Amino acid sequence: MSAICLRELQLGQKARLVSIDAQGELGRRIRDMGLVPGSEVEVVGRAPLKDPVALRIKDFTLSLRNNEADHILVEVVDE
Amino acid sequence: MSDSGKITLALAGNPNAGKTTMFNALTGARQHVGNYPGITVERKEGFATLATGGEKREFHITDLPGAYSLTAYTQEELVARNHLVDERPDAVIHVLNAGSLERNLYLTVQFLELGVPVALGLNMMDEARKKGLTIDSDKLSELLSAPVVETVARAGKGVKDLLAAAGDLAESRKGDAWSPLTISYGPDLDPAIAEMTEKIEAAGFLTDRYPSRWLAVKYMEGDEQILTLGRNADIDLAQELEAVTARVSEHCQSTMNTYPEAVIADFRYGFIASLLKQGIVRREPLRERIEMSDRLDKVLTHRALGPALMLGVLLLVYQITFSLGQHPMDWLGLFFGWLGETAESLIPEGLVQSLVVSGIIDGVGGVLSFVPLILIIFFLIAFLEDSGYMARIAYMMDRVFRMFGLHGSSVMPFIVSGGVGGGCAVPGVMASRTLRSRKEKLATLLTAPFMACGAKLPVFILLAGVFFPHHEALALFLITLSAWAFALFAARILRSTLIRGPSTPFVMELPPYRMPTLRGLIIHTWERTWQYIKKAGTVILAISILLWAAMTFPTPHEADLAPLNEAVAEAQAHVDGFPEDTDQATLAQAEDDLAMAEAALAEAGLANSLAGRLGRALEPVSQSAGFEWRTNIALIGGVAAKEVIISTLGTAYSLGDVDPEEAFSLAGHIRSDPTWTTPRGIALILFILLYSPCFVTVVAIRQEAGSWKWALFSIVFNTALAFGVAVAVYQGGAMLL
Repeated sequence: MSAICLRELQLGQKARLVSIDAQGELGRRIRDMGLVPGSEVEVVGRAPLKDPVALRIKDFTLSLRNNEADHILVEVVDE
Repeated sequence: MSDSGKITLALAGNPNAGKTTMFNALTGARQHVGNYPGITVERKEGFATLATGGEKREFHITDLPGAYSLTAYTQEELVARNHLVDERPDAVIHVLNAGSLERNLYLTVQFLELGVPVALGLNMMDEARKKGLTIDSDKLSELLSAPVVETVARAGKGVKDLLAAAGDLAESRKGDAWSPLTISYGPDLDPAIAEMTEKIEAAGFLTDRYPSRWLAVKYMEGDEQILTLGRNADIDLAQELEAVTARVSEHCQSTMNTYPEAVIADFRYGFIASLLKQGIVRREPLRERIEMSDRLDKVLTHRALGPALMLGVLLLVYQITFSLGQHPMDWLGLFFGWLGETAESLIPEGLVQSLVVSGIIDGVGGVLSFVPLILIIFFLIAFLEDSGYMARIAYMMDRVFRMFGLHGSSVMPFIVSGGVGGGCAVPGVMASRTLRSRKEKLATLLTAPFMACGAKLPVFILLAGVFFPHHEALALFLITLSAWAFALFAARILRSTLIRGPSTPFVMELPPYRMPTLRGLIIHTWERTWQYIKKAGTVILAISILLWAAMTFPTPHEADLAPLNEAVAEAQAHVDGFPEDTDQATLAQAEDDLAMAEAALAEAGLANSLAGRLGRALEPVSQSAGFEWRTNIALIGGVAAKEVIISTLGTAYSLGDVDPEEAFSLAGHIRSDPTWTTPRGIALILFILLYSPCFVTVVAIRQEAGSWKWALFSIVFNTALAFGVAVAVYQGGAMLL
């Protein structure tokens, strides 16, 4: 299965993180939240204007902007 | 730091892990809030006593700012880190959200790598159990070689045990050197880290403050603070170490398309995963809490319903604040009015009376009348924050506010400052505290004062009545809209010039909805309000007296005033001289004459004062916006408080005391004066909307921005912008007409 950008995930879709190409503060903040390669995420919501996006990861929910999600590649996990 | 037998502890943890609740549970009312010098990060300290088996232990606890890790990217994290290495607390109490242990342990590991003794409080155990989680805390304690205590800080459960465990840990490790944990960072990084550690140790490079391997890891992470410290300490060795990291970084990028910083994070999480795999967390499929929160989110952040509900909530906050705050504000107003009158009757007429009544009582009274507003707004904001809804507001509004270089959380300060007309910039600026990203916060608090606050409204109502009779409501609506337009436009300008830079990453937690505890709300509210009152007693009182002096001194020469004084005395004698049975009309006429004579005296005083002279001196410049010296004086007075504009204008026009609520005489005067053209009226409205914030707001800006520089900037920038706009409107209008 090929990797797609996190932005392209549909609501309710689950995926596994493949890589994060963000450095500096953004990269650090993403990692602080436990978004590291191998972790599983699910898109649980989108803000009224489609941006930012709400993600469920393990035991909590976080939100990030679409242009921040662009740094994250995922592969879709089939249920 | 651990003199006098007190055990020093530092309280640390992620945001949303219940750290503040834990701090309140540990210290109760025995706490003190201040700021770290030069920055806006709060420094909270408190005391606790623990009596076990006849032995009494005293604790001094510092609440470190909430952080997810110990890097140097935010002030909060740097403060936390510097506190640990510089003040060397006897132990750290680390509060974790037991429900998301994996992410919370990421910070724990960083404490252990630094080597400071850590006691873990697995907090929110009740929620974790509801989620179907069981945690083997003995095993976790054994694997981490650190005491672990299960707690529910909201209910006070396990709090004493945690304190006792931290106390035991501090006593057993007292005097020992820190013992940093060593984690493997894999075959690509480990050899380089070992090589750097050796060099660092051999040279004693920064090792008085930091453990040597920790320094090597920080070099690998490209930590700005450590790199700078290193260059200052030993430039040669620093360059050597930087060369090593550059080499490793290049290798990581070419072979794995990653960076050392990312590799380090991966291995830390790997280390945590390997711990947790040893049967620490057991999970039954019972995700009740999260599901409840998710269901709420389906409604509260729904595409159409979400924004509508949010608007409702924001309006409700606004309504509650200003309608509930009105009565206590009125009472305070009445009280200070009474105090002023009493002082007037006790102190003989003259400068001392004027200083006490107009300078001190009016000044402090004006400032303290904000206290009810601040109490209520902070209570409501604390409720929205603690309940988790504030994060949703930011989530929903971010797309719009980001276009102007702001943050989703900027909406609250704007609304409170008067975004729907009639708020107040003082609590508005203070509400910007919910913004954790510095640049966005600064842009927000500099532009929020543009909003049409309650003190500007009477001026707008007066001028709208004069220039747009029968269309006052529409005029006020347009004024409010222009306030938003100017605020967002100015924010955009600031964010692409002085506060330039990419937007702070939005990545943030959306915590599950929770019912806030009353105790937490009250403590939070009281802290903010008390800080404000303390300011009112010092800085604001001083400025208030300065402004009074500017509008009083220098007093005119007695010789110049003599004819005016005589006129007053004559009018007074005239009034007093009437026999008891004089008819009402004659009496009223005589009293009017007296009032006019007194008003002329007041005008002469104001015109001669520093403010009056400044008003005249500025006239050649201000004429280009259509403002003559009387308007200038009123605008200078408006810096004290915007509600003063009308009364000062009244005095300058020699109309005597003008009540802002019933300024008919002033409105009539302006209406009948042909120099008051419509463009001049609009120019004045816009100038008042935009120019320098009142000084109470300026002090609030100073407090939130962390420096006088930005407070002064807001005076200059806002006034310049206001003047530019006013000139454009006045000149443009003159050309069109």
